[in-house]
Amino acid sequence: MAVVFSKPKALTDAPLHYCPGCTHGIIHRLVAEAIDDLGIIGKTVGIAPVGCAVMAYDYFACDMVEAAHGRAPAVATGLKRAMPDRIIFTYQGDGDLASIGMAETVHAATRNENITVIFVNNAIYGMTGGQMAPTSLPGQVTQTSPYGRDVKTVGYPIKVCELLSALDAPEYIERVAVNNVKNVMNAKKAIKKAFQNQIDGKGFSLIEVVSSCPTNWGMTPQKALDWVESDMIPYYPLGVYRDKSAKEAK
Amino acid sequence: MAKVLMKGNEAVAEAAIRSGCRHYFGYPITPQTEIAAYMAKRMPKIGGTFLQAESEISAINMVYGVSSAGRRVMTSSSSPGVSLKQEGISYLAGSDLPALVVNVQRGGPGLGGIQPSQSDYFQATKGGGHGDYHLIVLAPASVQEMADLTAKAFDLSDKYRMPAMLLADGTIGQMMEPVELPPETDGNAVEKPWAVTGTENKREHNIINSLYLVPEQLEVKNLERYERYKTVEQNEVMFEEYMTEDCDVCVVAFGIAARVSKNAITAARAKGIKAGLIRPITLWPFPKDIIAKTAERVKGFVSVELSMGQMIDDIRLAESCKKPVALCSRVGGMIPSPDEVLKAVEDMEGGKF
Repeated sequence: MAVVFSKPKALTDAPLHYCPGCTHGIIHRLVAEAIDDLGIIGKTVGIAPVGCAVMAYDYFACDMVEAAHGRAPAVATGLKRAMPDRIIFTYQGDGDLASIGMAETVHAATRNENITVIFVNNAIYGMTGGQMAPTSLPGQVTQTSPYGRDVKTVGYPIKVCELLSALDAPEYIERVAVNNVKNVMNAKKAIKKAFQNQIDGKGFSLIEVVSSCPTNWGMTPQKALDWVESDMIPYYPLGVYRDKSAKEAK
Repeated sequence: MAKVLMKGNEAVAEAAIRSGCRHYFGYPITPQTEIAAYMAKRMPKIGGTFLQAESEISAINMVYGVSSAGRRVMTSSSSPGVSLKQEGISYLAGSDLPALVVNVQRGGPGLGGIQPSQSDYFQATKGGGHGDYHLIVLAPASVQEMADLTAKAFDLSDKYRMPAMLLADGTIGQMMEPVELPPETDGNAVEKPWAVTGTENKREHNIINSLYLVPEQLEVKNLERYERYKTVEQNEVMFEEYMTEDCDVCVVAFGIAARVSKNAITAARAKGIKAGLIRPITLWPFPKDIIAKTAERVKGFVSVELSMGQMIDDIRLAESCKKPVALCSRVGGMIPSPDEVLKAVEDMEGGKF
């Protein structure tokens, strides 16, 4: 019988712990497919964050490191400097990357560190039970913004792609989403490009994946995906924010 | 090999390179910046990495990355910077990763000052960050030992898969002395099958991790680690004895305080007081046994420290409070003079303490 669909080799058999309807599963798969497609599993080292994806080290079949909260880009820097011929990626959430790890993120980007960063933005701290994230939308109700995010007292969400695009150095920055088939296909393309850039020695590539959190948003999975479309994407416009090589080629 | 004249900080850097360390990450802070400056000059010439990190926190996490890859790696800082590194040091310990952290201590707390101190003794020897763990802590008292103990620290760290700390102070870091540098090694003496170097499709994936959500598993990890620590305590204690064979008063001091104390002991002997010195070279593991043994025959101990009295607790524990232990200390960047130490020795000899 012909196999028409199978699990990527870059994923282990460990059952994922993610909540029903969570899009981490899709994003894990896209990363694993990119690793498979490029044939780099044997020379790839991934870095798990602190947050919902903390146990990603059990799910990816390549060598894995679990980093302290927000420090994945620094750990990746160490790994890449020690092994320039290895492929190093980080997989981080919004609290990890855009709050506690902002310094590590910005400085890895401005060094154009030759690494791949997968940034999952679901506008909430999931693992700790739904607190306000640096990317929570204005007015968004969370456990620590029970009356809605009040921009007067806690400020506005951080738009990571726009912020990093202000730097001269980074090679590639794109924002994608995984709320429908078209967007998932596009996300796959972007993630693969971010790995290809590293193989080609081009430098820092970050893919922001606008994602959903049905559990902590208090929505059904379908409703959550609808909210991504109606509320998240208008605030976080999808698209390529930086493609240095393409620009230089013109 | 001929001796060369070097600053203590430079001796650390050159000894690290000769020990096969090709990766250094740091952030500027006085009085240890010569280490970074030396590395910045040398590393690019020998295919190594010098990277000035955006913070001490990033520097220690870069160290974590290189160590995960199984390579020798170090960072250095001074007291306030070492406080920032504590998170990363705890993760290194929790993930059983070797690395060298150098602390060229200055006065504290807070921003403190930039003059020498030994007031990070507790932080270095009792863990420093969160969780149950130890570092191998080595205390150099000369530029020669800055070099020798750097090489030793890398070896011990690799051997026992735990981070090591070189606990120096501003004086030892800044002063110049003749030094014979350690021989060149490639630093690959210890196999690291646990390192994340890529599976090459030939083995199961390796994982570097300190997270164990099942308490039974986390307990086992802690117990295993402490079994290893026990071996370190049995095998790796280092100390120097100076005129202790007949001493009535035993001074205990490390680093620069030990050098001052030697002068005081010479002066005491000239006055007919039988004084001696135990100089711990490893602060963890602490040389408990020699102190317990010495306690059986001396009148008392004098702990000479550049702190408000931190090592003194370990002395009292080691000798089970059998004999009095006096503290002779200066703080805030001040160093006790030989006369001050002599006075403390005389007081102990005369039963005044």
